[in-house]
Order: sequence, then C-alpha cells, then structure tokens
Amino acid sequence: MNNKYLFIGIALLLSGCSAQWGWYVVDPSLPAGRSNLQFLLNGFYDTIQLSVSAILISIVIGLLIALPGLSHNRGTRSINRVYVEIVRAVPILVLILWVYYGLPQMANISISVFWAGVIALALSDSAFEAEIFRAGIQSIDRGQYEAAQSISLSYSDTMRFVILPQAIRRILPALGNQLVYMLKMSSLVSVIGMQELTRRANELVVTEYRPLEVYTILVLEYLVLILIVSAGVRWLERKMQTDERH
Amino acid sequence: MLENVGQPGDGHSLIDIKKVSKLFGTFHALKDVSLEVGWGERVVICGPSGSGKSTLIRCINQLEKHQSGSITVGGIVLDDSKASVNAIRANVGMVFQQFNLFPHLTVLENLTLGPTRARNLTKTQARDHAMPFLERVKIPEQADKYPRQLSGGQQQRVAIARSLCMEPRIMLFDEPTSALDPEMINEVLDVMTELAASGMTMICVTHEMGFARRVADKMVFMDHGEVVEEAKPDDFFKAPKSARCREFLEKILQH
Ligand SMILES: Nc1ncnc2c1ncn2[C@@H]1O[C@H](COP(=O)(O)OP(=O)(O)OP(=O)(O)O)[C@@H](O)[C@H]1O
Ligand SMILES: [Mg+2]
Repeated sequence: MNNKYLFIGIALLLSGCSAQWGWYVVDPSLPAGRSNLQFLLNGFYDTIQLSVSAILISIVIGLLIALPGLSHNRGTRSINRVYVEIVRAVPILVLILWVYYGLPQMANISISVFWAGVIALALSDSAFEAEIFRAGIQSIDRGQYEAAQSISLSYSDTMRFVILPQAIRRILPALGNQLVYMLKMSSLVSVIGMQELTRRANELVVTEYRPLEVYTILVLEYLVLILIVSAGVRWLERKMQTDERH
Repeated sequence: MLENVGQPGDGHSLIDIKKVSKLFGTFHALKDVSLEVGWGERVVICGPSGSGKSTLIRCINQLEKHQSGSITVGGIVLDDSKASVNAIRANVGMVFQQFNLFPHLTVLENLTLGPTRARNLTKTQARDHAMPFLERVKIPEQADKYPRQLSGGQQQRVAIARSLCMEPRIMLFDEPTSALDPEMINEVLDVMTELAASGMTMICVTHEMGFARRVADKMVFMDHGEVVEEAKPDDFFKAPKSARCREFLEKILQH
C-alpha cells in the first residue's frame, strides 16, 4: 500500500523534471509561486471546516433517523425507510444545487455558500449514517437490552450507556470511511462558489493556465488529508480496543 | 417503591400467576399457566427444552408480554401501563444463562450503572453501595477488570451482584449454570445457596437437582407450555405423580 504511494510520488517527481512541467506557478522560492501556493493551501481550512461540520450534523441526523428504523412498529419503521430511500436517490451535486438555489426561493430565506454546502453534504450523508447506525445497533445482542431492562434502565439510558457505546466501537471503521467520502465529496461544493481546495485550484488554473501542476497539487492535497484521516481513524480504533482490554 | 409491593404475612402471595397464556405467532409457548410464590419462597422450575420455563419467568418481569391471564407481583397487577412494568422491574432481578454483562464496562461499572441512573446515586455513593455486593459474591478484587478478563463462573457471579445491587425483592434465575464449565458450577450455586439462606424470594430454572434438593421449597415441572407437576421437593423426587415428570427425572438424574 505505502509502496504504491511511494512509487507514484517518485514517478511524479521524476516527470516533474521534464520540460513539459512548469512548476514555477507554485514554486515557493518565487514570490508569485509562493502566493499561488499559499492561495491553494488556504483551501484546507475551508474543506476541513465544511466536511467536519457536515459529518457532525449528519451523524446526529443519521442517529435520529436510525432509531425509528429499529422500532417493532411498521409505521414508525417506514419513517426511516422513506427518508433513507429518498435521500439516497438524489445525487450529491444535485442536492447541493437544490439547497443553494432552490431552498432559499422556496423557504424565502438567504443562505451562505458554506451553509448550503454543509446542509447538502450532511443531508446526503445522513442516509448512509442512518444505515450504518441501524446495522451497528442491530448487531448488539438482545441480551444487552434485557439485562438493561432488568436493572430498570430507561430506554434512553439503555441506548446511551449500554447499546450505543458498543455499537460505535463496531461501526467506527464504517464511520471513518464516511468521513473520507465526505472529504472527497466536499469538492463538489466548489460549483456554487465555495472557495475550498477544488475551487481555488480551478480559479488558479483560469488565471495561470497551468492545469497539470495545479491539479497535481490538488491531488496531493486530498491525498495528504485523507491519509491523515485514515491514520487517525485507525489510531482511534486501536485505542478503543485497548481501552477495553487493558 | 417497596411499600407498594405488599408485605410478608399479609395473606397474599408475592407472585401470583393466573392462567397465563403466551403465543409466539401461532405457537403456544404457555398454556393457562398458574403459579403462586410466597414471600421468601424458593421455587425451582425444571422441564425439557422448549417447555416454556424461560418464557414463564420472563413474563414475570415482562421481557415477554403474555396475551391472556394475569400476573400480580406484590399486589401490583401487570397491565399494559409502563408504570406497572417499571414498578415490578424495580423489585425483580434477573440472572441470565449467558450472563449478559456489559462488555464495555468494568465489573464495578456494571454494578453501578443501575444505581446511578435508575436511583440517582452519585458515583461514590454507588461505589460504596456496590462493593459489599461484590464481596458477597466473593470477587471484590476484580472490581476494575473487564468482564472478558474473568472466568465464566466469575462473570455469572458479577451478574448476580449486578442484580442484587438494585436491591430486588425477588430474583429470577434462568439456567444460570448451563453455560458454565463443570468446575465453575459450584461457585455460582454456592452464591445462590447463600442468597436463599438470606431469605430472598427466588425462582430458579435449573437442572441442578442437588441444588434444588438443598434450597427448594417447591418444585415445578413444566412440559409443552404447561405446569405438569408442583410439589414439595421430597415428594417430587421420591414419588413424582405424572409419567412425564418421572421420565424426565430419570433422564437427568442419571448424570
Ligand atoms: N422469541 C420467540 N419467538 C418464537 N418462538 C419462541 C421465542 N422464544 C421462545 N420460543 C419458543 O417457545 C417455546 C418455549 O421456549 P422457552 O425458551 O420458554 O423454553 P425453555 O423451557 O426455556 O427451554 P430451554 O430449556 O431450551 O431453555 C420453545 O419452543 C421456543 O422455540
Ligand atoms: Mg430457557
């Protein structure tokens, strides 16, 4: 895995030495290159803020949608099904456009690009989160509920102290995947003018006309971000396991 | 809470099960089962697999809902209300075949979760409250370990302590030693025997007939969702009335 990245990196560097490349656009030793690079890197802040806000909101919505999905009552369960099926059917890009251009007109409100992006990403992701939570909660043995009931815990205490802590450990890898997915999908918010990593790269390409170098930087930016997130998730998984074992 | 449960010697049974029926789909798991348990009485239920033993005791604390008949615990009639279920659960502890400890919590946290959440004790109060129960089941030194670090017998004793921590009036045991290796069965039965000696009202589903002889005030034999025989242990073991019960006893007493 790591060898593959290394190989790609070396290949890129080597080809960077050839005449077709014009690294000067982002060369930190040149004033113009430095300011271009700075402009691109500043996008990290927006991409991270966008993705993290969206994932936090989507986890909350996902959990709220997962709970009726666990009900024995068919009517209550259908709330979950309808939400998941509808939201999953809408492409993220379409949802972004609808929330930014459609929603303000319909609800007669104004909405910033940032919040439009957060809402669209969070809604879209919440359907997947709901499915992850539902599967995770359903994987917990019935005996855990029964033991909790037999010591008089309420439903919400049972969820909070018994079921969810165990379910979260099991779904952590899936939640990590969603975070990675969200980081990548946040690039779509560039279409409504959010100045995150992708938008900045696009803008720079228009002014400098060096798409190869600028988009290569963009690729590396996402690569770094996602490798860090993956490592973080793996660390958390290990930590939770050792917490249980000592 | 306990005031509502009736009192010993007030002429009523602590648990009064009348003509209870339970259906799983179209399958009749309990057919018009009636059973009375007095204050401080120890009842042992046995019977072949699938006879409805678990279902019966799980109806008492409403882990299973019965369809007809009535269940009264300490004067509280179980109806569809949450209040009646809660009041009964507050007075009835349960120990499961598979222990059902909370694997993500330490032994002590397993014990204190109920008291802190359902009784509003602080962490320190709950700890002080819980430790004597761990001593009672003879594993206070394991307080900070996780369940998976304990042997099966130790885990089941923790489960018993967790139930006792809620200070129930009645303890239900559903085959508490069936999942244990033979050498661990006695440590759990010893704890249960001591509990019986302390005057706890107990209903135990078990096939440990030595234990039954030692502690039972009443033996119940179930088959096909019915209480087939109900007798004092002496009569039960010496002269079982029904053929089904006799057959069953012959089978399990061979071991
Ligand atoms: N949730 C359920 N859904 C459908 N059938 C069930 C359910 N629980 C129990 N049963 C059925 O009800 C019958 C009685 O089950 P129960 O668990 O009370 O038997 P038991 O006497 O405890 O048996 P064992 O000794 O195997 O524990 C069995 O035939 C079982 O298959
Ligand atoms: Mg059973």
